[in-house]
Amino acid sequence: MSASPASLQIVIVGAGPAGVRAAQTLAEAGLRPIVIDENRRAGGQIYRQPPPGFVRSKKELYGFEAAKAEALHDSFEQLRAKIDYRPDTLVWNCTPGQLDLLHAQRHAEQPYTHLILCTGALDRVMPFPGWTLPGVYTLGAAQVALKAQGCVLDGRVVVAGSGPLLYLLAYQYAKAGADVVAVLDTARFGGKLRALPALLRQPATFAKGLYFMSWLRAKGVPLFDGVDDIAADGKQTIQSLRWTRGGKTTEIACDALATGFGLRSETQLAELAGCRFVFNELNQQWLPQCDDVGRSSVPGVYLAGDGSGIAGADAAELSGRAAALALLQDLNLPANAAAKAASAEESRRLAQTLRSNLQFRQGLETAFPTAVHWARDCADDLVICRCEEITAGQLRRSVQQEGTVEINRLKALTRVGMGRCQGRICGAAAAEILAHAAGVSVAEAGRLRVQAPVKPIPVGAALAEEEQA
Amino acid sequence: MSRPTDKVIDTDVAIIGGGLMGTSAALELRRQQRSVVVLEQGWCGAQASGVNYGGVRRQGRAACQLPLSQRAHAIWRRLGQTIGSDGEYIASGHLKLARSDADMQELIAYRDMATAYGLELELLEPDALRRRYPWIGDKAHGASLCAEDGHANPRLIAAAFARAAEQAGARLLQQSAVEDFRFDGNYFLLQNSRGVRVRSRFLLNCSGAWGKEIAQRFGDTVSEQAIYPNMCVTEPLPPLMSLSLGVVGGAFYARQVERGNVVLGGGRGDGNLALDATRPRTSSSFKALAALTEMVPALRNALVIRTWSGVEGETPDHQPVIGPSAATPGLLHAFGFSGAGFQLAPAVGEVLAELVTKGESSTPIEAFSVKRFAVQQPSKQESKV
Repeated sequence: MSASPASLQIVIVGAGPAGVRAAQTLAEAGLRPIVIDENRRAGGQIYRQPPPGFVRSKKELYGFEAAKAEALHDSFEQLRAKIDYRPDTLVWNCTPGQLDLLHAQRHAEQPYTHLILCTGALDRVMPFPGWTLPGVYTLGAAQVALKAQGCVLDGRVVVAGSGPLLYLLAYQYAKAGADVVAVLDTARFGGKLRALPALLRQPATFAKGLYFMSWLRAKGVPLFDGVDDIAADGKQTIQSLRWTRGGKTTEIACDALATGFGLRSETQLAELAGCRFVFNELNQQWLPQCDDVGRSSVPGVYLAGDGSGIAGADAAELSGRAAALALLQDLNLPANAAAKAASAEESRRLAQTLRSNLQFRQGLETAFPTAVHWARDCADDLVICRCEEITAGQLRRSVQQEGTVEINRLKALTRVGMGRCQGRICGAAAAEILAHAAGVSVAEAGRLRVQAPVKPIPVGAALAEEEQA
Repeated sequence: MSRPTDKVIDTDVAIIGGGLMGTSAALELRRQQRSVVVLEQGWCGAQASGVNYGGVRRQGRAACQLPLSQRAHAIWRRLGQTIGSDGEYIASGHLKLARSDADMQELIAYRDMATAYGLELELLEPDALRRRYPWIGDKAHGASLCAEDGHANPRLIAAAFARAAEQAGARLLQQSAVEDFRFDGNYFLLQNSRGVRVRSRFLLNCSGAWGKEIAQRFGDTVSEQAIYPNMCVTEPLPPLMSLSLGVVGGAFYARQVERGNVVLGGGRGDGNLALDATRPRTSSSFKALAALTEMVPALRNALVIRTWSGVEGETPDHQPVIGPSAATPGLLHAFGFSGAGFQLAPAVGEVLAELVTKGESSTPIEAFSVKRFAVQQPSKQESKV
């Protein structure tokens, strides 16, 4: 072994499916990883746990996934004594060998020798008229309300967008007693048929999707596919939603909208860690480059779960284990020859399963494509960057008048992505508008350079204890 | 190195570096009917010129810089006409705070010196300071106000200068570093990484932190090191401070922009001369934030949304290198502004244009001569050029 355990500082960022399985794998090998998680309880987004004291059952919270959620939570509980767990802690910066943390409004530093980034994903947001109105939520946020607090959005809820989360959320909401008045799918049924061969690689997952749809239909929830031109209206808050379908415009009164167009990997820490990035056509996103088992381009830095490309919770559990095994192998663990061979064999099998899983993912993209004409058709007065209030027209003018062809240049010239979200919400949409207006690919438009902090930090965190108010 | 293309671009003046110095010189030279080609390794104004703090400040500059700074001040006041954009320039006033009696004595001595250069400064005792600016905390020991200094948005100013130069007829060759440098006794011949060759009678070295290396290629010895200023910005806040703030000793500098964000600098980040390799340093950000909140306590509840750095060149005496080469006729330098070039840039552009067209500057620049660096044996690279 090249390093003695005492000199090892292995940090796992994120305690979702990937992080928990990575921690478990390391603990089984006799190491004691530090697990830092922004949430108060382990589980990530998909298996998010309510605060202590809430009494909804796992079945109510996670439906079909209850058994997996329970297994993950149980695994984590058993790990607690074997790991250094830091919940409710934001990793806001990463430099070689060191993480900057924020916990309870205080700054702390955590050195690392090895890092497994399990940073998860965020809804992919596509701006549309009215998307900044109060009452408009992402699918993910609507789901968080349900899982964490046991609440649903109030009043008449429309669920709109694309991706597998669409029907799942509508189902969960309706089942929890929410008044779901319509489900609008921007994908077409034809696309789903084309995707059928790939989707059938995971028949259980596919069957669940069909089940949600038929359940919703049986309960009388109107489902529309091939929906286009979504627009929310309202004065102080959303009051109605309009859309077109087959050339016909429909409007429905509502009090809330949950909307999303798939997921995007959260890659900020990987970039700050110095990982090389490559453009991923499937995800339409720049992603940290890694091998089949999660080794990044930076020695000692590993990636697992949706943070390195969207593959879902089951794949995240596998990739968390794969990354931890890779880390152990890089430490020449296990040392015993037979165990070493077994570990290598398991890595090989995990890599194979993860590759096969990607083909299912390919199928999902065919079934739920992002609207390609959106960047061309959205109106000039549509706000793309809500923090800085930058419109599509301002971005297009910069391209036309200043010859902008690169996203960081666009940021410098227009302020897009310079606000509180630092482009986490608006970056993808801005890149699409830039790419379309400049006649380049989204890959060529580049990616927003990440600057710490990953999320805003209070000035007070910078002050020594005695200076605190 | 790329293969040369057949075509050679002939021009009166070639400028290496598309930052503020290079593009303001390009703009002024075009006004005087000189043909100009600007060679920029990245995007014009994307380095120190575009990512600096944005202080448009005369107060605090050394005596030798004040004539040049005063000349720049006059240009800033009519910037809209010069470059077609005000770049959020505002003559907000610059307030330099004292934290001790010794600091105050320093401000008094500076005021006495600067008056001779026509710079009007108003000294404020602690009570008067807080009456006028109630948001300043009680640890401030007084201040010196330069009412006509101010601030501007560097990422807009730098881009606007480049655009104005281009619209005036300067040719900008961006995203391509110069790889071959030659001087045949009369003409400079440069070749960039795309194989484009440029031949000129004059060469302006406006390459910031890369200036030393280019000076050395033509036989000038310069001491310059790269520095990485450390910058932060808060979320937008309600209007609080109208002025650009500094403090004796330079622990922080801060300004609130029109949108409400407070831009703050202080200390150093990390980096190297590679583009995009600079990183702010947490310890520097925190020290600057602590120094700022000591003077402006209300900001302790704000959120920091971004930090950044950039590459600047610094000389041992903190004065820039401006003026003719000591070794190569037709070569003019303007680099090494040591973190304080932003305000000077428009005047430096005019001075460089004067040096090209008249052979002399109407503003004193002797203090910035390349000859001030220790005279050493000509570098070996000299024989190459």
